[in-house]
Amino acid sequence: MTALSWNDAPAPALRRRFNGWSVATAVLALLIVLPLATVMGFAAAPQTEIWGHLASTVLGRYVLNSLGLMVGVGLGTLVVGTGTAWLVTMCRFPGRRVLEWALLLPLAMPAYVVAYTYAGVLDYAGPVQGAIRALFGFTSARDYWFPHFRSLGGAVAVLTAVLYPYVYLLARTAFLGQCACVLEASRTLGQSPWQGFSRVALPLARPALAVGVALALMEVLGDFGAVQHLAVDTFTTGLTRVWLGMGDAPAAAQLAVALLGFIGLLVALERLSRRRQRFHHATNRYRTLSGYRLSPLRGLLAMLACALPVLLGFVLPAGILGAWAVETAPQMVDGRFWLAAGNSLAVAGIAAAAATLVAVILAYGLRLRPNRMVRATVRLAGIGYAVPGPVIALGVMLAFTAIDGWVDGAMTAAFGISTGLLLSGTAFAVIFAYVVRFLALSLGTVESGLIRVKPHMDDAARSLGHGPGSMLRRVHAPIIKGSVLTAALLVFVDVMKELPATLMLRPFGFDTLAVRAYQLASDERLRDCAPAALAIVLVGLVPVLVLSAGIARARPGQGR
Amino acid sequence: MSQPVRLPEAAPAPQREPALELRGVSHRYGGKLAVAAVDLTVGRGEIACLVGPSGCGKSTLLRLAAGLEPLQTGSIRINGHLVADPRGSVPPEKRGVGLVFQDYALFPHLTALDNVRFGLSHLPGEQQKRRAMETLGQVGMAGFADAYPHVLSGGQQQRVALARALAPQPRVLLLDEPFSGLDPRLRHQVRDDTLHVLKSSQCAVLLVTHDPEEAMFLADRIALMREGRFAQVGSPVELYMRPADSFVASFFGEVNRLEAVVAGGRVATPLGSFAAKGFADGARVELVVRPEALQLHRGAQAPGAVLARVEAARLLGRTSLVHLAVTQPGAAPLHLHARVPGVFLPPEESLVALTLDGDHVFVFPQGA
Repeated sequence: MTALSWNDAPAPALRRRFNGWSVATAVLALLIVLPLATVMGFAAAPQTEIWGHLASTVLGRYVLNSLGLMVGVGLGTLVVGTGTAWLVTMCRFPGRRVLEWALLLPLAMPAYVVAYTYAGVLDYAGPVQGAIRALFGFTSARDYWFPHFRSLGGAVAVLTAVLYPYVYLLARTAFLGQCACVLEASRTLGQSPWQGFSRVALPLARPALAVGVALALMEVLGDFGAVQHLAVDTFTTGLTRVWLGMGDAPAAAQLAVALLGFIGLLVALERLSRRRQRFHHATNRYRTLSGYRLSPLRGLLAMLACALPVLLGFVLPAGILGAWAVETAPQMVDGRFWLAAGNSLAVAGIAAAAATLVAVILAYGLRLRPNRMVRATVRLAGIGYAVPGPVIALGVMLAFTAIDGWVDGAMTAAFGISTGLLLSGTAFAVIFAYVVRFLALSLGTVESGLIRVKPHMDDAARSLGHGPGSMLRRVHAPIIKGSVLTAALLVFVDVMKELPATLMLRPFGFDTLAVRAYQLASDERLRDCAPAALAIVLVGLVPVLVLSAGIARARPGQGR
Repeated sequence: MSQPVRLPEAAPAPQREPALELRGVSHRYGGKLAVAAVDLTVGRGEIACLVGPSGCGKSTLLRLAAGLEPLQTGSIRINGHLVADPRGSVPPEKRGVGLVFQDYALFPHLTALDNVRFGLSHLPGEQQKRRAMETLGQVGMAGFADAYPHVLSGGQQQRVALARALAPQPRVLLLDEPFSGLDPRLRHQVRDDTLHVLKSSQCAVLLVTHDPEEAMFLADRIALMREGRFAQVGSPVELYMRPADSFVASFFGEVNRLEAVVAGGRVATPLGSFAAKGFADGARVELVVRPEALQLHRGAQAPGAVLARVEAARLLGRTSLVHLAVTQPGAAPLHLHARVPGVFLPPEESLVALTLDGDHVFVFPQGA
């Protein structure tokens, strides 16, 4: 046994204390906030003719369409998400275990892909109407009535089918957290299962449901590809058109600010509900849920009710895509496809790494220096999840153009050298926008991992003779490794799916899979876009599978 | 009549070489003073307990000693070497102190053995393993060397945490509420085992607890803290038998309180007259009487006894608790608790004779 030598040695030099994290955190947070601040700044500029024209012609339509989408998708996701969550958590019926995770599958589907598939199948020239005409001998569209898919109703249906999982996930967690004790109490007080749901479970879950709907509606307002293809004009499509078509920055910025007004309301709703959620959390003690046993007929109905959203939101569109892809892959999987795939992988990989690195720095800043300034800047940096991609893209574009102009002017004046465009119109601008947009995702994931490293573990490691570096390597790294990888994965997949910001910011001729699918679909070559769209969906499946594995494992009260 | 206070002396305290010395230590969080000008020395092989109500500053003092909190005022020495003063401090990893936490803070990704080896990086691999197994053996956890923390019970985790802190043979071991995460029955067992491990380790031990019984069970010396200051420092016997003020007297057990006014150097109470040395005439004082100071005599008339009516009597196990009412002229009856060894359960409404053991009666200024 070797005695510790330290105590006999002269006392080590007294150390100074140093703080570099606050600075790093603040600088990063400011960079992240830059695009949004720029948009706000431009919106304050004097109004242009185009804005006046917009206000008198299309603005009313944007508002009505956006409101219509919000009401329709809000109700749709609420009913579908809550209903399915209740059935799979509280009732026992055949297929429940599979449906419990299968209900998440639509998360893998970008809304625009679903829009393409249904539009292709349900349009006048599509197989459904074709079959109807063949069956009844109709010769033109005037001979029969068929719902017009390219409409507000169609957009509501598509967005509901892919966005209900937000509500489902939160509702399911809420029901699991409250069930055993409160519901058993309600039954002993003479309430039927239905009364237990409507009088106890639903009111208790209300804050969670509001959070889920708010998140889904943020996606609705940020959606570009689906509403564009279904010819429903919203702020997002209008903004993109004003910018790409007319290049009018103040008008685009004013549209963006109007859009942000809606988003602000949703964020307020979400925050408020999250705060109330804490008080509504009934208990920390879980029990295995026994659940209601359903009669065979009711069980069958429950199974169908839960299978339908999976079918409409994932199985059918994926099947159609698959069939199309088989047909068109020989021509469409060509050099341009692989180039786009390579671009997608590259930008997604770099953005994922960057967003994760920034998240790690911010999370540690928050942990090491939890003062008010750091906390505020980190929260501000996490706001990107709520801001629609086109708004961020606009902000990045405007900010980078301004910086480029300033640098160019200064260099020309000082050295007579024109530097031209350094930042705008480069892949860097695209990646920067992705990091701003998806930082909240990586930040949340990294933070949830870092929470598992309790502060006392730091203290213990230090007292056991390990300095900060060794402590990070031997205690922190192994514990947060999984969360960091998950964070990178989530950002990677979301970047693969991202469309509007990429469209607005990409360098000339720079295609990604999403851009390629969009361009082909815009030319009504829906079958030709299937291989690219299918590739995106396959990548999107990875985090959904990770998430469902987590759901199967993390059922409170079981195991451990 | 009061008796002169006799103090049963414990074995004379051995002269110990100081291992941990805190001098004039103060600490503020924002504007709030958490520790105020505290001096404390813990000798080699000594177990000192910091005890006090929650928020009294005891955990802060521990964190200062460990180097987890920068020192604002005063100085800290370990084995005679200065390790912290307001100019700077030796980081915790260079101090050679062991730490055990309330939540154990075991590393979830390491086995029990690797947790214990964590502090032995300076040794060659084979010696690391030997030392770690030896320490795990000391706490009776050698059979769980390959277990991960999440499969261990609370008591087992506590033992591994203790082994982890002891393995590098620190000169000073700091424990922060190490037993409060355990349920009461397990707590007694683990506490007992821990006492023996600590005694054989020859560390200077500073243990923080809010439980007075735990402090008395473990400590050679107790420092009772209140609002950042030491209310009293001394052996458990001293704190119990010669409390410095009413707070100290009542901290180590329930007490009866009587208010009175000093007249002619004495205080008169329904229970008799007591000497009040050092108090001016007319001073308002508080008499603190421990329940075990009240001696009860069933029916029989004892000399100098006061009669009391029994309101309730309950057996609490090793002792009986008797609720008494003593009439006093011109006031509501005085309610007293008496604690009697063994089974002593006089019927309700019966009369008992009451005498006082002066060793457990303390006179303090009122409102102190």
